[in-house]
Formats: sequence, C-alpha cells, structure tokens
Amino acid sequence: MPVAGVDVGSVAAKAVILDEISLTPLGAAVLPTGWNPREAGEKALAAASADAGNVAPRFVAATGYGRVSLPFADKVVTEISCHAAGAVHLFPETGVVLDIGGQDSKVISTDPDGSVQDFLMNDKCAAGTGRFLQVLSGILDMDLPALGEAAAHGKPAAISSMCAVFAETEIIGLLARGVPPADVAAGVFLSIARRMRSLASRIPMRGQCTFTGGLAMSPAFRNLLAAELGVPVNVPPQPQLAGALGAALLAARISRK
Amino acid sequence: MPFKSLETFNTVTDRNVLALQEAKAAGRKVVGQYCIYSPLEIALAAGAIPVSLCGTKNDSIAIAESMLPRSLCPLVKSSFGFALQDSCPYLAASDIVVADATCDGKKKMYELLNDYKPVVLLQLPQIQNEDAALYWRGQFAGLVARLEKEFSVSISREKLLDAVRLTNRLRRALKGVLDLARRKPSPLSGMDILSLCFRASFMPDYEQCIALLDDIAREIANAASAEAQTECPRILLTGVPTGMGSHKVVQLLETCGARVVCIDNCTCYKKVLLQMDETRDPLSELADRYLATHCSVMSPNPHRYEVLEALARDFQVDAVVDLTWQGCQTYDVESWSVKKFVREKLSLPFLQIVTDYSETDTEQLKVRIEAFLEMLA
Repeated sequence: MPVAGVDVGSVAAKAVILDEISLTPLGAAVLPTGWNPREAGEKALAAASADAGNVAPRFVAATGYGRVSLPFADKVVTEISCHAAGAVHLFPETGVVLDIGGQDSKVISTDPDGSVQDFLMNDKCAAGTGRFLQVLSGILDMDLPALGEAAAHGKPAAISSMCAVFAETEIIGLLARGVPPADVAAGVFLSIARRMRSLASRIPMRGQCTFTGGLAMSPAFRNLLAAELGVPVNVPPQPQLAGALGAALLAARISRK
Repeated sequence: MPFKSLETFNTVTDRNVLALQEAKAAGRKVVGQYCIYSPLEIALAAGAIPVSLCGTKNDSIAIAESMLPRSLCPLVKSSFGFALQDSCPYLAASDIVVADATCDGKKKMYELLNDYKPVVLLQLPQIQNEDAALYWRGQFAGLVARLEKEFSVSISREKLLDAVRLTNRLRRALKGVLDLARRKPSPLSGMDILSLCFRASFMPDYEQCIALLDDIAREIANAASAEAQTECPRILLTGVPTGMGSHKVVQLLETCGARVVCIDNCTCYKKVLLQMDETRDPLSELADRYLATHCSVMSPNPHRYEVLEALARDFQVDAVVDLTWQGCQTYDVESWSVKKFVREKLSLPFLQIVTDYSETDTEQLKVRIEAFLEMLA
C-alpha cells in the first residue's frame, strides 16, 4: 500500500509517495508554497499521487512549517525528525545531517536507525538560511545556478553582518563601491557556509555528513560547505525532498503497525 | 484545575493589589523587591511588607527601550518599563525598593530607577566563600540601618528571628505544594506551579499565604491519584526567572505534550531552598543562605549542578530544558556547562531555549520543542 509524506516549507511544498513495505519511491512532487500552505500541501500531494500513477495513500504524515495546516494529515511530525529519517535512509552511514531551508538551518545528530540524538537550529534571524540567498538573488538579479556559477569564480568579499536585513544593506554598499557581483556572491556563500560550520561545531561530528534542503541543490555551495567543514558531504539527488521522504518513511512505520 | 483549595488561592490572590493598598492605608510600610538575593526578613523585621515587583510582561518593554538598549534582557527592560509608565501597582505602593547588583544590566538600570523610587542597592558579591559572606552580611547590616532610619523603627535580633521563623514556615508551605509534583503523574501542571509561585510572591499577608498553601498541599495529597492517564515526558525547567507574562516556554512545552514538574529558578523552586537555621545569629545566617543561591552571576556556581542533580532525581525527570532570556550573558554562557553536566553526569536529554517575552518566535520554538519531545519518545 502507498503512504505519503508532505513537507510544506516556507518556499516549497514537497510530497513523496512510498510503498509502505518495500519503501520504494513511487512518486514525488515539488511546488512553490505561495501564500496558502494548506492549498500548497494539497496540490503537492495530488501531484505526487498522480506521479505515482494516481494512487491514494493510506497514511499521510505532514511536516514543515505548514504541517499543522493540512487537514488530511494522519500524523504531524517536525522537519527535524523527518530530515534525520530521510537522510539516514538515503545514506545509512550518516551521523550528522545539515539542513538549510528557506527560513531556518539545522544541524542534527542522528542514530543509525534514523532517530534524532541532538539538534541545533539557527536563531530567530534569517542570516545563514535560504532567505539570505533569496535577498542576494533579488539584488543581483541572478537565480541560484547563476549565483553558484558566479560564486565559484569570485573572490569572496567580506560580509560581516549576521543579520539578513543588515546584510542586504551591506551588499548594496559593496556593489556601490564597485565590488564585482561575483565577489559579492562568493562572499555571501562563504558567510552562509561559515555560519553552518559554527552551528555544526557545537555538535560532535561522527559518521558521515549529509546535506539536505533546497540550498544543497547548488553544487558551488555544497563544495564550499564541504571545504569549510573539512569533511566530504553526501548530497541526495533531490535534496529538497529529504524532509518529505522522511515523513513518508515515518508514515510507513506507523501504517505497518 | 478541579482542586477547590487552588481555586480559593486564586480568588484570594486576585485581591493582592487591593489587600496591599488596604494594608498601606492602615499604616504599613511596603518594601518592593526584584531579586531573590534581596532578603524578605529585614523588611519584615522592620514591620514592613516585602512584595515582589512587576517585570514579567512584554507590554512595558517598548517604553523601556526609549531609554535602555534594545539588546538588554527582557526582564530588565520590562521591570524598568513598568516604572516608566507607572503601571506596576506594587511599585506604586512601595515606600522604598530594595535591589541588588545581581548582573550588569540590572545594576545600571537601578541607577536610572532611582529617579522614580528610592532604591537601596545591595552590592552582591559574585563568589560564595567566607569573605564574600562576611561582606554580604555587612550589606545586610547596612540595609537594617537604612530601614530603621526610613521607617523610624528599631530592628532587634528578636524581630529578625521572628521574621526568619515566618519565612521558614512560608517556604516550607510552598515546598509542600511544589513537591506534590514529585508524584507520577504529577497532579500539578507547570503552568499551575508558575502561576502559584507568581501569585504568592505578591501576597502581602504571609500568614494567610501559609494557610492557603497548606490547604492546597493537604487537599492534593489526600486526593486520589489521577485516573491512569498516559504519562507525559516530565521536564525539569532551569535557568532564568519566569512569571505570568513570561510563561510562554512553560506553556509551549505543555501544549506540545510535556509536563513541567519542577521549575529551578528564582521565581519558583530556588525560593524553597532558602531554609534558615533559627539558632544562629540571624544576619549571618541570612547572609550565608541568600548568598548560596545558585544564580549564574556566581562564579564559580557549583550549587547549580548539585541542585540540578537532586531535582532531576527527586522529581524523576525525563529531560532538562534550560531557558535563557536574550541578552542574559551569564545564563547563556553557563548553558554550555549545564548541557555537558546534564548529558554526561545525569544522562538526560537537554535543550537550551534562548528567547524573549514576545510571541514572534512561537512557531520556531514549537519546532524546537516538538522535535525535542519526538526525540524523547
């Protein structure tokens, strides 16, 4: 029987359908969240069900910041437990999960069974999250691949601000002083990677490191993060789906009982 | 909450402001106090009513920020805001404020507060040894002299001993209630505990307070254990002071499915640890006991760990949550050592929460708290 995980984040709504016994992926979908998390969750689930060949999941677990707004969810779980479960399923040697989402970043220490041993999250401020890159993307008028391309070749400009709002002012100041956009992009990438490193340094590093969330889609950023951490970093083929996959795995576990 | 004695307590304490104003109209002096290090007994021995002052609401922070830096801790800002907008009836009723130089933010704020109310600032040492206790006794002797002069009274050794006997009874009564939560499942919620301690701290009539607390302890102790409900994870909350208005983390923990069974802070359980030896010189005993309070301003702060270990055992907790107000440097730094101690020595899960009084981070806190509880399951 198919089961589903739905992850409604601040930027994207994701859904994954699994077979509850074999845990084989049957379908998946990613859609922009927009202003209505409930509708986005419904649409993502419908799209993933269609992708799986019009199946009706018998159990749905919801996660992400929109998790409580989904009336069809049989179980609500935090994204921390879901990213842990998803990452350990994809890379069984995982001991630490790094997740950078739209509005927060997390470092999660995991057990071999995919459960959470400890975790840390960024503070209220959005610096060091996907939101920070959205700001940069707006100022430089480049999308994530273009930003990555630019950052890979730029000489990182120093970005001192710890706050996404002040960083925007700082970025505009750098551009006004004639600093090339590629150097600004490289500077922002480096500042996010360093914030992640400092968050990760508060959790003991053991096992492999797996990187999930939307920002992991940027090859330039994951290379930089691996270099900053000084360890190789696993990245799933669809890092954005790791949370929804984790939710689907937990749905399968509950549904089988 | 079905307990009749608790309802009576709430009805009586709803009248705290009125009761204080009546006592004042009848000629009693009122001594406002902010911090647990400021002794209740000296005010009592002076014939005055020591009462807590407001500092747990978010509403008063905006006006405080017209003078204080935004990055200061919400407790200091809230306390000062109440004075600026004259919205704390207990401060309004106070003839004098007794404060102590607990942390940098507070002591500098008290300098400003002095323009609104006379403040006696006790210089709190930040180490717990004999020299410090002697110095602290000197500060208490200074307070005795000041209150004698202010209120034209004489504070004898006998009066101090009477006060010590009274506060010992009060603290035993409060302990009797708080220790009910040792039971599994606990008959009291964390919100009950917080509200009860908060309300008691504004109560002018100590004898009445003792009687009401004893009634609560008696009724709940004799009540049959709650029907076999599924036991929630039992949380020991440690760290900064909390009260009504700054209760959000206790409330969030409980709405997310945990039970806060003990609150190790100055507004709750730390109070009941202040049991005085009634046979010693009262000023020396007061100085020693108050100085032993395990606030993070003390360096080193060994009692924090001893108390955590004892409370974790006595209340059979499943996890420890350390609450830090944003801008409170000493609790924030100490959290690292507390985490290490809780994990390694107590073998318990640990979560630190850094926040302020506002509601702006509720959703993020929920993620953190829910994930922590999922981790315990």
